[in-house]
Amino acid sequence: MSDATNEPGSELNAVPTGANIGSPAEVSPTIHAEHGMFGVQGTGDVSGFGGLVRRRPSTQDTPRPFGGYFDEVHDALEEAYPGFADAIEKVVVDRGELTLHVKPEKIREVCQVMRDDEALRFELCSSVSGVDYLGSDTRRLHVVYHLTSMTYRRVVRLEAAVPVDGRLPSVTSVYPTADWQEREAYDMFGVVFEGHPNLTRILMPDDWEGHPQRKDYPLGGVAVEYKGAEIPPPDKRRVYQ
Amino acid sequence: MTTSGYATERDTTEGKVFTVTGGDWDTVTGGIDPLSNEKIVVNMGPQHPSTHGVLRLVLELEGETVTEVRPVIGYLHTGIEKNLEYRNWVQGTTFVTRMDYLAPLFNEAGYCFAVEKLLGITDDIPERAQTIRVMFMELNRISSHLVWLATTGMELGAISMMLYGFREREYILDIFEETSGLRMNHAYFRPGGLAQDVPDTALAKIRDFLVYLPKKLKEYEAMLSGQVIWQERTQGVAVLDVTGCLSLGITGPVLRAAGLPWDLRKTMPYAGYEKYEFDVPTAQTADVWGRYLVRLAEIRESLKIVEQCLDRLRPGAVMVKDKKIAWPAQLAIGVDGMGNSLEHVAKIMGQSMESLIHHFKLVTEGFRVPPGQVYVGIEHPRGELGVHAVSDGGTHPYRVHYRDPSFVNLQAIPAMAEGALLADVIAGGASLDPVMGGCDR
Repeated sequence: MSDATNEPGSELNAVPTGANIGSPAEVSPTIHAEHGMFGVQGTGDVSGFGGLVRRRPSTQDTPRPFGGYFDEVHDALEEAYPGFADAIEKVVVDRGELTLHVKPEKIREVCQVMRDDEALRFELCSSVSGVDYLGSDTRRLHVVYHLTSMTYRRVVRLEAAVPVDGRLPSVTSVYPTADWQEREAYDMFGVVFEGHPNLTRILMPDDWEGHPQRKDYPLGGVAVEYKGAEIPPPDKRRVYQ
Repeated sequence: MTTSGYATERDTTEGKVFTVTGGDWDTVTGGIDPLSNEKIVVNMGPQHPSTHGVLRLVLELEGETVTEVRPVIGYLHTGIEKNLEYRNWVQGTTFVTRMDYLAPLFNEAGYCFAVEKLLGITDDIPERAQTIRVMFMELNRISSHLVWLATTGMELGAISMMLYGFREREYILDIFEETSGLRMNHAYFRPGGLAQDVPDTALAKIRDFLVYLPKKLKEYEAMLSGQVIWQERTQGVAVLDVTGCLSLGITGPVLRAAGLPWDLRKTMPYAGYEKYEFDVPTAQTADVWGRYLVRLAEIRESLKIVEQCLDRLRPGAVMVKDKKIAWPAQLAIGVDGMGNSLEHVAKIMGQSMESLIHHFKLVTEGFRVPPGQVYVGIEHPRGELGVHAVSDGGTHPYRVHYRDPSFVNLQAIPAMAEGALLADVIAGGASLDPVMGGCDR
């Protein structure tokens, strides 16, 4: 027997070093697992993922101390922002990254403080993106902001959860760079950013229906219009047998 | 003949012709200045040789002055982020490499760093793999900047620069082909390491290239820097200062040309960049000229890093030891092209049942990644490339988002171009170096 035969067996159950179990996904207590993927039923699913069962643990607050600069950021924000206790729902440290879960209606205020306070100075909004955590109704769509402080060389993640077709204030007045990124999040997930100067689709055509990055938006099974004629999805086409 | 207030008339074979003259008409026609009062909306793109791909700019002009620019993107949207959710973690590399097609290795690197951080194996990546990654990223940075120099030269009238830039880039693509089998879209970086080791022939080519390029760079500088047309077209054009850059989220050479030495390789090092000696070039002019100088200097700095990589390169593995993650096969070139090495096939088919099971599980299902989310920012030739990866504990990415520098940087076009001349829109847009494949993803 070669050495490769011994190694897999001993390592199969080991968790990779450095990895912490702690999911960013939040699900309501009544839903423990999901079946299938992309919400496709019947023949529409050609991927073979229909039998998939996914269980997700809910996120837990990280106890203090958080380590690194995270405590400083947390305390500085608490000091500078009077509504801290009300706005920050949860603080999670995972894989050396700090996530502040923010109430969606407070996101603009928090960003304003994060940018302007001298002890925080998050001058650059690196990224705004969305994640669809299918399964939870009130917290299904998460908008994730990554802020970079060039002064202190720090990165912090802000996360706000909204229901489907949920609304939250736009941060474009604080970070003009969020303009296109919020448009992308709207285009892909259907999150409405209130106060955005021009919230239109950006990557998909203007008359597109649906928001493609949502988990219940199928990869296949969509009719395609080509030169005026409608081509049905593969599973609805004629079958030659 | 003329009677004030009346139109004169004249009989012709076609009928009566009235000639309208007089004080009233002269003042009316005189009051219209055809240049200042005429607003023209020009649609530039999506197919246009000067917009670097399928970028569409809707320009409102008054004469030759641009009053409003509206960039329209999305013509190259291919749904790569959505498609990733259908593939396993290893297959993701093959997809992301196609985003920004001029810097494919950076897309792969960002993705691999994110997956490795999710797995918690960042520190377990073999030294040799990280060194080769750094070396190839820097070569890719050079090739990307060469294309920038080539296309910008072409757009501003220096056609020969286009030929030279692409010629030198081909040299680098040969090195990539020698190593990964592909000129572009390599899928060479894999979560956990590299697809295969770099052959000695490619290393020899890199050594030759280190001697070859500096001479050529001098030629380009001699050709462009002193040239009056190049200076006139770039100096004081499309100015964007540090405040403008930060508020619009512009990073990379554009920000450094405004004077802020922000380079993630220095400020938030990854992949061992803290061990290399290099400078972060800056300029103070904040215009197209400054961006040109910064990019040229960056090519030289990248050459320095590549040289140090060659010195550091020690024999060793190029994949993590963990057999649960490392792709089991060893690629080799056979009579029918690149594929699994015969040695490996003989082993799994004839000697070790467990190896076969293991190979089968990894290839069909893939490895599982513990649930969580990470954000990794790396210094791309165009700025900060951010990868936000989310795992739900499965064998497929739950969500991967690319913060592509082309996408964010293109927002600066209105700020750079409004109020300037139409020709400067081209110079300003080119100085951002947008690649639409990365922008639209």
